[in-house]
Amino acid sequence: MSAADIAPPLPKGRVRPGRILTWTLVFIGGVIMITPILFMFSTSLKTSGQIYDLRLIPARPTLDNYIKVLADGRFLRWFLNSTLVAVCVTASSVFFDSLVGYTLAKFRFRGRMFVFIAILSTLMIPTEMLVIPWYLMSAQFGWLDSYWGIMFPGMMTAFGTFLMKQFFETVPDDFLEAARIDGLNEFTIWWKVAMPLVTPAISALAIFAFLGNWTAFFWPLIVTTSKELYTLPVGLTSFAVEQSIQWEMIMTGAALATIPTLVVFLALQRFIVRGVMLAGLKG
Amino acid sequence: MTNSALTADTGAPRLSMRTRRALWVWGFLALPLLFYGVIRFYPTLDAFWLSLTNANPGNLRRGPEFIWFDNYLRLFTSRDFWQVFRNTFAYLILGTPISLVLSFIVAYYLDKLRFGHTFLRALYFLPFLTTASAMGWVWRWFYQPAPTGIINSALGAMGIPGLDFLRSTTWALPSIMVTAIWAGLGFQIIIFMAGLRAIPHSYYEAARIDGLGEGAILRRITLPLLKPTTVFLVVFSSIGFLRIFDQVYNMTTNDPGGPLGSTKPLVLLIYQTAFQSYQMGYASAMTVVLFTVLLVISLLQLWILRDRG
Repeated sequence: MSAADIAPPLPKGRVRPGRILTWTLVFIGGVIMITPILFMFSTSLKTSGQIYDLRLIPARPTLDNYIKVLADGRFLRWFLNSTLVAVCVTASSVFFDSLVGYTLAKFRFRGRMFVFIAILSTLMIPTEMLVIPWYLMSAQFGWLDSYWGIMFPGMMTAFGTFLMKQFFETVPDDFLEAARIDGLNEFTIWWKVAMPLVTPAISALAIFAFLGNWTAFFWPLIVTTSKELYTLPVGLTSFAVEQSIQWEMIMTGAALATIPTLVVFLALQRFIVRGVMLAGLKG
Repeated sequence: MTNSALTADTGAPRLSMRTRRALWVWGFLALPLLFYGVIRFYPTLDAFWLSLTNANPGNLRRGPEFIWFDNYLRLFTSRDFWQVFRNTFAYLILGTPISLVLSFIVAYYLDKLRFGHTFLRALYFLPFLTTASAMGWVWRWFYQPAPTGIINSALGAMGIPGLDFLRSTTWALPSIMVTAIWAGLGFQIIIFMAGLRAIPHSYYEAARIDGLGEGAILRRITLPLLKPTTVFLVVFSSIGFLRIFDQVYNMTTNDPGGPLGSTKPLVLLIYQTAFQSYQMGYASAMTVVLFTVLLVISLLQLWILRDRG
């Protein structure tokens, strides 16, 4: 970066657009990107009489829509459902993906390559192909319309296993050997010695799993039938359909579904971006 | 005496250490292997099997009938299926190049900017964190006819006749595709920036010393060295567009996949066939087709991009 700034303009090179122009264009593009989000919030603060007034800043902002939408408690319920599902699935997949990734990276045993390739090969199978068998299986075991029914498909992931294996391979064996000589058992070595050495990978995986499950739509839509068990995205859809053309109410619902991730993002931006980079590059 | 005691002492633990470690390994893997067997492999085989039957929730207890390739025959002679197939590829063929070019341009310039970098990056990344079902409705509202919809109102104010975006068989698909591109752009920009960062500075310095201009540096150094990132994003984005569902479903709830099926992607047809008309065998055949297409596309793209340059 600094080299590019210091480098003298080249005689042969075309006229380079000025930094200020570049900045302005990138900024305008960014503003266009968040326009839908801005208008969503703006409209959620308007009364139904004001929604044809397309100014971004409402003339008389009001929280009435939020009060109305939150009053019957459905959104709170959906929010809690989504949180519960996302937290459980994330915890499970971080735990098991790390454990399996560690085992495949740090132990030499017969069948290791077979297990690795078998798990990796499941990456090629799209969820859409599995939902019908999952649905029939859930019907048989009575998992339909239950939290476990929403959660079970994501309890472990091949992507996470692969990611964690990559990272555990960078952990020096000496550390683990030293722990073995100290008489720690293998589980403790993994949990207490190896895991703390790969925290960036763990946070990357946790962020991905949480976001993925928080915004998941297809499988929760299929497996849930009662409104009390909807996750936030599915609940929002049913709410929006029911509101028909009351756009200020729909925007309020959409805003409520969006606020949690935005808050988390603003708090953890650096972390999240780094996590996405890590997961994207290694995975 | 002492000797044999010693060997027994060192020999026995060494043997048992190895078995003990094997026990740990399979102990660690037991639950995961069960999971992958029951939740991944069995359903995969089941999907192939179901695609050869007339399975529906009514005949499951008795066991569905094996009907050979009837589902596939029906599928390949169905006009609806081919329309959906065309739609799905329209999302892919338009969406992937547009989103890749846009995200590369933004990443390329954003990477050069220091002032307010985190802020600018946040603007682009924010949409990636939103829920597709929520933003589908926001975009749907944008696309409404004037006075409700923002885009048509703005066009009207400039004296340009509006478009009935979501009610036109021509424009509905591109309109939904824009929403999908918008939602995925932030991720692609972040990945491109990570790829750009990974290129060593010394390459650029050497190129400048050799007198290469910005354009030549971009063509001869940045783009070739960025190939692994590009390959990853092409595959990732293509798979995303082939599996598009959330945006379409939410933007066309009154007539899912409409108008006249012009926006319906394969996954929506699968959803309707399996969970609304409960023809699970027939829908399974569609999922097998989706699986095959995804497989072929991933392999094809990897192969094409590996051969070049």
